Amino acid sequence: MKSDKLAHKSSRLFYLFISPWIIGFCVFTLFPMLFSLFTSFTNWNGLSLPEFIGFSNYVNIFTVDRLFQTSLKNTLYYVAVSVPLNLLLSIVLALMLNQRLPATNLFRAIFYLPTICTGVASYITWLYLYNPNFGFINVLLSRLGIQGPGWLSDINTAMPSLILMDMFVCGTSMTVVLASLQDTPKMYYEAANLDGANKWQQFVHVTFPMISPVVFFNLLMTLIKGLQIFTQPYVMTEGGPANATYVYGLHLYKTAFLYTRFGYASALAWVLFLLLIALSGIIFATSKFWVFYREDVD
Amino acid sequence: MKKRLSAGKIITMLVLIVLAVIFLIPYFWMVSTSLKSVDQVSKLWEILPNPVTFRSYKTGFELAPFGRYTLNTIRIGVLCVVGTLISCSLTAFGFAKFHARSKKFLFMVLLATMMVPQTVTLIPSYMLYSRLGWVNTIIPLTLPAFFGCSAFNIFLLRQFFSSLPSDLGEAALIDGCNWFGIFVKIYLPNTVPALLVVTINQLVYVWNDYMSPLVYLGKPSDYTIALGLNMFKGQQGGSIDPGPLMAMACFTILPLFILYICFQRYFVEGIATTGIKG
Repeated sequence: MKSDKLAHKSSRLFYLFISPWIIGFCVFTLFPMLFSLFTSFTNWNGLSLPEFIGFSNYVNIFTVDRLFQTSLKNTLYYVAVSVPLNLLLSIVLALMLNQRLPATNLFRAIFYLPTICTGVASYITWLYLYNPNFGFINVLLSRLGIQGPGWLSDINTAMPSLILMDMFVCGTSMTVVLASLQDTPKMYYEAANLDGANKWQQFVHVTFPMISPVVFFNLLMTLIKGLQIFTQPYVMTEGGPANATYVYGLHLYKTAFLYTRFGYASALAWVLFLLLIALSGIIFATSKFWVFYREDVD
Repeated sequence: MKKRLSAGKIITMLVLIVLAVIFLIPYFWMVSTSLKSVDQVSKLWEILPNPVTFRSYKTGFELAPFGRYTLNTIRIGVLCVVGTLISCSLTAFGFAKFHARSKKFLFMVLLATMMVPQTVTLIPSYMLYSRLGWVNTIIPLTLPAFFGCSAFNIFLLRQFFSSLPSDLGEAALIDGCNWFGIFVKIYLPNTVPALLVVTINQLVYVWNDYMSPLVYLGKPSDYTIALGLNMFKGQQGGSIDPGPLMAMACFTILPLFILYICFQRYFVEGIATTGIKG
């Protein structure tokens, strides 16, 4: 009886404390989501009333809209290359920082710096570094006798240039992996040593399983962030040259806020959302094959 | 055996140094260019500015109101921090210390919101704000912060609250303190490091955010640092002299840099806690 009363009181307090979030979730997330789902079935310029047109927006997206295809391809290209590279780099950096070396904190601080400064300032700097004629990178390469590429001004290297730049923004993933490495009990390595495992075998059978939950977490987070890429091409290339960096975020932004086609843009947003859910679903489904939780071991 | 190990460590050390240099080049180039004279700016091989001049900074501040952009950004940042600290800590405390039948479900919903792309909610929100006449004000950029619209920060704070023992509060409860009092007087003071992490997260986010200010702020006098810098880039686009642009880039990064140097430990701790338990 007494515990019932306590539980009742506890649940009242629970709702009281989380009420700011409940209100925020309904007003700033749930309502806008449902509303955008509704407008995605309409033709709407934001001024007149939305006109219901059924699935026309979705049909147009997949049949008529050439820029949709371009932007989707570009975004998937960006994600497919940059996400694995980021994960890999973050693991390599964390493994190196995890060895008892001098000045580890300084190195960690340096590797984390670009993650803090991911904004217009750093994009503008990279714009100068990438300049084909008098940018620092190509001048350096020409000193070494190498003819540097056109970087952002070349259709073939524009997207790789953005990917290269964003590789430096791996500080969050690196920190999480490093924390996980430091959390791994030493005895697992001692056991592996006794069994005569070499460094690679140790990585495959001890280290990777131990860090796999955080790699999974990083994979999801970088995927979500990568699919929404917007500011880099907006500031640096405006989608060019010849739409080589015209990503989904740019297409959506232009459709909504330049051409005020809010209904169509809502449909685009929902397609992106569904794509994100599908990709996350695939990752979740595969996770049971490569993600190990320590409860399974102990 | 021992010797081979130390050889491995030397190689790792060398790789780390090379990588660190590569990571630092953009920032080094940015600072060095901003301090070079007009004549020296195009000489890329003179790595250090000689003589050191602040002419680029002078030009930059003369051509664009960066003081104003900074104040605008700080205003948004402070409001967002205050809002986030209040709403997220309350919500996180609720999730950490109380029980309810729907708690598990609601927590899943909270985590799921991290996966909703900004653009899905952006258009309806924009239309709503526009009907209310709030476009071109900072309300759309700050109001959501007061309603826990930062699932990541709620999650982070919940981890911290969960790690604090529950009997901390129960003892005070017997002494006649109510739960809100317990939250404010006992739990919050013990969560200061986590609150600092949230503060820093939020400040860095506001400082670097581009899309929301782009959509909601139309008047150049309301621009944030990010928007102002990109507009300045547009003005300077035709100039061969990267000095003023790099000077202003440095100016906008400096506060982040100082914040980072001072609170490095919290950046790392904050991320490490969420990641490991996530």
